[in-house]
Amino acid sequence: MSVLESTATELLAELAAGNVSAAELTQTYLAQIEDHDEAIGAFLNVDAERALTQAEAIDTRRRAGAKLGLLAGLPVAVKDVLCTKGWTTTCGSRMLEHFVPPYDATVISKLKAADAVLIGKTNMDEFAMGGSTENSAFKRTHNPWALDRTPGGSSGGAAACVASNMAPLSIGTDTGGSIRQPAAFCGVTGMKPTYGRVSRYGLVAFASSLDQAGPLARTAEDVALLLEAIAGHDPLDSTSANVSTPSYTATVREPLAGLRLGVAREHFGDGLDREVDAAVREAIKVFESQGASVHEISLPHSKYAIATYYIIAPCEASSNLARYDGVHYGYRTDEKEMLAELAEERKALEAAGDRARLDALDSSLVRMYRETRSEGFGAEVKRRVMLGSYALSAGYYDAYYVKALKVRRLIREDYDAAFKDVDLIIGPTTATAAFKLGEMNEDPLTMYLQDLYTVSANLAGIAAISVPCGITGSGLPIGLQLQAAPFEEEKLLRAAHMFQRATDWHTRRPG
Amino acid sequence: MGLTRDEVAKVSLLARLRFSDEELDTLTTQLGQVVEYVRQLEELDTESVLPMAHVEDNHNIFADDLPRPSLNREDALANAPKRDDECYRVPAVLGD
Repeated sequence: MSVLESTATELLAELAAGNVSAAELTQTYLAQIEDHDEAIGAFLNVDAERALTQAEAIDTRRRAGAKLGLLAGLPVAVKDVLCTKGWTTTCGSRMLEHFVPPYDATVISKLKAADAVLIGKTNMDEFAMGGSTENSAFKRTHNPWALDRTPGGSSGGAAACVASNMAPLSIGTDTGGSIRQPAAFCGVTGMKPTYGRVSRYGLVAFASSLDQAGPLARTAEDVALLLEAIAGHDPLDSTSANVSTPSYTATVREPLAGLRLGVAREHFGDGLDREVDAAVREAIKVFESQGASVHEISLPHSKYAIATYYIIAPCEASSNLARYDGVHYGYRTDEKEMLAELAEERKALEAAGDRARLDALDSSLVRMYRETRSEGFGAEVKRRVMLGSYALSAGYYDAYYVKALKVRRLIREDYDAAFKDVDLIIGPTTATAAFKLGEMNEDPLTMYLQDLYTVSANLAGIAAISVPCGITGSGLPIGLQLQAAPFEEEKLLRAAHMFQRATDWHTRRPG
Repeated sequence: MGLTRDEVAKVSLLARLRFSDEELDTLTTQLGQVVEYVRQLEELDTESVLPMAHVEDNHNIFADDLPRPSLNREDALANAPKRDDECYRVPAVLGD
């Protein structure tokens, strides 16, 4: 058996049979990281000693005949937005460069309880805001399929580490497509679960009504395994859904009889790349050949999804990020310098007799907040905080925020109507394959428009998965998106497995 | 119509951010483009639609009022940029 060619599900069987130990497996992946991560840049933080200690403890317990958890001995990479007790959690931001959480996120506690080996924290766009991982304050992540291209974002490190065999399983988060788009760009399988399926406790908040953590892996089977480990009701998160977690691993291999697939005409409009279009249509045929029926549907408000999202998400972000005040944790500006500058400004205004500007001059506390936040946040985070503060400010609240909340309901109602007639909605995850690093840096709006097919699922709170379904002429992966009604992850996984049983796109590796 | 530079400057105080003149110019253009784009929502009649702030129909989730351990002071203060023995330290608020 070659470890690096195996899926997590296969590795789990090898571990259980005693053919490989958790420590050996962890060593193998650590060696991969050592060899490849300098070029890829998927990880912000790898703690080999911590991982090996964890792995050895699991091996010891296995030898002693202890009952082990669902992931016993499997390495898992974690996006650096989930709090890990005693282990730096940066969110890709200078603001939290040295932040060491005093508690574990529930996802982390669950991974530990499942006996996973936490191998490292992965790179991301700062506070999960972005679609290319270029907004990380620390480093760029390169797409393993083409190093001059983006791995996608914001979970770029999470997808790139699976694509380049540096981890078999990986946790990302998805607020507007941040698991599915990088999964598509890197040729891996990634799921955004239903809002509420996975606890958000300890997931550093970006937009609380949209954020959801989820798994990335090579196959639907592996995604099922990881989802089963992290899903479930959590009293520590009042938005966590009080529903039972099905055994996804038990059912993922069962094909869906009489599967009804919806094809939304809005997903095949202007801007969809010709090769992506062809690959998705080919994928639909793969389902048809297994007995699925295809129905044309309409999601009439989907064209408003980006506008809706780029009001709601920044509004929630501006409110959530108010906590970075330079007082409780995180970065604080150099106070001496700040106070000296303020004193000089005051002196100059006094000398000029400028009463008006003197009255409006920041107090030292306000100036401390402003300097701290301006130095600690990157450009994209500041843009979104500004956008949200503007949309929520007096006189604009109804015109922007409340309006967007109303359109959000219309988007959800489109889905509710569609899912009366079909089981799943099938379409592209992204309009194009991975774009070049640096291509969109100066043009935020064009970058935002990339999220066209993914943001609706977050606004509506439904579940969705991206599955590799082709490779472009220039050798880049293409992603197929399946969307399901709330809490229908089982259907998504079974359908994704049906597809992977009939195709080999998910087995392709870069270069 | 996008945003004015004055509006952007005013919002920067609300957002507790601070920008150079050059940054203010760039932001005025960039935010203006986004605001103009999102205004397409105006073409939809939403008069009779209820706002949806959250996808779940859960309303109040009550927890039993039972004491349980919270973070101890040392752990809570461990990440503070500046602290006294028992408190967070901030610049003087009064007196200037």
